[in-house]
Amino acid sequence: MSDRNGQAAHAAALDTFPRLLMHHAAVRPKRPAMREKAYGIWQTYNWAEVAQNVRAIACGLAELGFKRGDRLAIIGDNRPRLYWSVAACQCLGGIPVMLYQDAVAQEMIYVLHDAEIKFAVVEDQEQVDKMLEIAAEAPLLAHVIYDDPRGMRHYSQPLLMGLDALQEMGRIHDGNHTDFLNAEIDKGATDDISVMLYTSGTTGKPKGVCQTHAAFIAAATGGAGFDKLTDQEDILSYLPMAWVGDHLFSFAQAMLTGFTINCPESGETVMTDLREIGPTYYFAPPRVFENLLTQVMIRMEDASAIKRKAFQHFMDVARRCGADILDGKPVSAGDRLQYWLGNLLVYGPLKNVLGMSRIRVAYTAGAAIGPDLFRFYRSIGVNLKQLYGQTETCAYVCLQPDGEIKLDSVGKPAPFVEVKLADNGEILVKGPMLLKAYYKRPDASAESINADGYFMTGDAGFFDEDGHLKIIDRAKDVGKLTDGSMFAPNYIENKLKFFQYIKEVVTFGNGRECVTAFINIDLEAVGNWAERKGMAYSGYTDLAAQSAVYDLIRDCVEKVNADLAIDPKMSGSQIKRFLILHKELDADDGELTRTRKVRRNFVAERYAVLIEALFEGRKTQRIETVVKYEDGREGRITADLRIEEAKTFTPQAGKQAA
Amino acid sequence: MMMNDMASLGDTQTQAPDRHIGDVILDLQGISLSFGGVKALTNISFDVREHEIRSIIGPNGAGKSSMLNVINGVYRPQEGEITFHGKVRKDMDPHRAATQGIARTFQNIALFKGMSVLDNIMTGRNLKMKCNLFEHALYWGRAQKEEIEHRKKVEEVIDFLEIQSIRKTPVGRLPYGLQKRVELGRALAAEPTLLLLDEPMAGMNVEEKQDMCRFILDVNDQFGTTIVLIEHDMGVVMDISDRVVVLDYGKKIGDGVPDEVKNNPEVIAAYLGTSH
Repeated sequence: MSDRNGQAAHAAALDTFPRLLMHHAAVRPKRPAMREKAYGIWQTYNWAEVAQNVRAIACGLAELGFKRGDRLAIIGDNRPRLYWSVAACQCLGGIPVMLYQDAVAQEMIYVLHDAEIKFAVVEDQEQVDKMLEIAAEAPLLAHVIYDDPRGMRHYSQPLLMGLDALQEMGRIHDGNHTDFLNAEIDKGATDDISVMLYTSGTTGKPKGVCQTHAAFIAAATGGAGFDKLTDQEDILSYLPMAWVGDHLFSFAQAMLTGFTINCPESGETVMTDLREIGPTYYFAPPRVFENLLTQVMIRMEDASAIKRKAFQHFMDVARRCGADILDGKPVSAGDRLQYWLGNLLVYGPLKNVLGMSRIRVAYTAGAAIGPDLFRFYRSIGVNLKQLYGQTETCAYVCLQPDGEIKLDSVGKPAPFVEVKLADNGEILVKGPMLLKAYYKRPDASAESINADGYFMTGDAGFFDEDGHLKIIDRAKDVGKLTDGSMFAPNYIENKLKFFQYIKEVVTFGNGRECVTAFINIDLEAVGNWAERKGMAYSGYTDLAAQSAVYDLIRDCVEKVNADLAIDPKMSGSQIKRFLILHKELDADDGELTRTRKVRRNFVAERYAVLIEALFEGRKTQRIETVVKYEDGREGRITADLRIEEAKTFTPQAGKQAA
Repeated sequence: MMMNDMASLGDTQTQAPDRHIGDVILDLQGISLSFGGVKALTNISFDVREHEIRSIIGPNGAGKSSMLNVINGVYRPQEGEITFHGKVRKDMDPHRAATQGIARTFQNIALFKGMSVLDNIMTGRNLKMKCNLFEHALYWGRAQKEEIEHRKKVEEVIDFLEIQSIRKTPVGRLPYGLQKRVELGRALAAEPTLLLLDEPMAGMNVEEKQDMCRFILDVNDQFGTTIVLIEHDMGVVMDISDRVVVLDYGKKIGDGVPDEVKNNPEVIAAYLGTSH
């Protein structure tokens, strides 16, 4: 870091985010703090401008009557002005509460009630409409401030106000009371709650996780030191602001180190924007990396024969030695030469197309990443690593150190973090990044932190011989079959999901005599495959029911069975029967959380008939499902689902098959 | 900052006030048009008021497109009088119509398939460009400044129509519904006061139609643009139009607000296809 000494001198004072912001505005006023693509051009805001804007918003909110400790709801895509609102809220000693922007109005009510929201800053007309829809049910909601005035001309509801008008009001307020905001910032303490992030609700109702300035600053400091982040980094902020990872990477770390965050133009342009920005530090969940790779592979299949050959040849080279070169391990001179040539002809241009030419550190988390996928990115020289953490720990527990990358581990405990295992294999963590409490839920807080001050993650895992943590599954999901063998549903599901044709899997088996599975095919990948084979299909439901597709999926299932058979602990949980669901599991129907994790119990309840049919070994089962469209209307899908058997392997046979 | 300048450009207060139907801006009286012995339009009179959405409907061959072509000067009617913005029109051609603020889209998409979305919309700025060919070719002096200004306007249109992600895609590669949207974009780039849309929703699926409806209403609402629209989808027409004129075999058989037109027996007959 260029100004480490400077920071050290200020260190005592830089213990809240507003102080950090004012510090950057003072020491690097001209450095770009944020960029946003608007009207086709990247617009830059430097730290001084950001600080001014935050001041204006903060003073405007104060003028409206926002008090210390009030919660401010923030709803929308990653827009600079929404990030400023987070900072403004913190300046006033308030608590920003980000909501997932694609949630429907009815889902937002819960958080508005739970957090007793009086003020909301929202992105646009779409979000305003949601707020107005539920305004009657949320009587506390007094002010809704919108960023984008488009389409808002005919709205005359008294609780609405444009962010421009608010800022203007704030500037006047700031001019009249010049000391007000500085005094408010001075009142802030490092142990104040800096943000409230709601858990995704995989297990019951969402809970508001209260994190202090100290916690997020500790997590950001640890991560920045670990990966040697400086104020020169560029990061693309495109993941939901309500998600802890975005708050850590796009807010806390940016505020700490002073690097630049870049907001894409819209959800559809992320790929183009990524290429234009060329971030040096990047985070994406596995499915983004997977989509990128799928797109590359589809395009390569359409390329000319010479290009395909060259691609294949150099990808073989990369697979052989690319990851070792990245890790600094010894590699023969011949391979090095080949890799150098490959970098010139294939990897370099490929990384450029993917927008990854400048990446120094890339992280993935949130779900397990497929070994092939992980290896692919590392082999072309992208320093992709895994991390482990949850909302309650500021997404900061384990990180993979450079040069010590293992495919199936999440790395070593991060700086300041202590990790230990409970007797049942549950992972327990302790450190400065732990949550202060769940909002208004002392019962849940007491339940999740044990007497020694360890947070109980609920994940089951173990340390390998090098001290790297491996995650198997949710501790409570790990069950047993009737014959006593272990059943770790996520473990099996992840293995299946690594096949490009399979998008989502739910397995069942706890307390049963065998393991069965629901499968969602990947419409894009299977659709392409069907097109190449000249198969006709009308949509997801039709494609999913075709027998050729069943054959394709059975192949994948049997490969996983063979793989499971190798491990004596897992060989009992091979998949005996499966079916392909007639619809994609969808967050709008409550089957997935907003972070796209399967809500296992809900799915099990909703499709109980199918589960019974699977275990009884029926050949087909009729099912009728109510689906919710994006506009809130409901429809029905009826289908006769086929149930198929998959080959299982005895442990020895498994070895042969593998 | 540039961003702020642009924000103020798009600022609602600085543009036309709330949409209210104003005075008549286009008045057609006794229009007759024939091609040799074929009478395309016979003695048709109707008017268009400022800021309204005026639909022209009718069965195939009723003369709807001919009517649009008369309005923007492609055809010159043998009889009748056209008053536009209070001036009686002597003779007219599409170029002059465009300079007077009339823009249109076509029934069959008429875009440059090999050019990007951005460039296609840029062609809509053609009439607003002041520099000569030579200056543009060299991209020198005021041409540069001019180009930047036009690009800014085009970007506003792209933002308005939410087509940022296809900005640089060649139009020929886009699905039909998006091509229609790009064509609307090109017409909007000319900043028209009167926008003629010839079957903007033909051949679209329900979702594309909904999008297009929303954009047409937004154009009308935000820019105050007067819109004359030909459309076959009755649901759409009745939903978004302020007034509707019905043609059949070149004659006007109905005119009024959607509810009136819907209950007009002649219109029902024409649409249900009773024998003539």
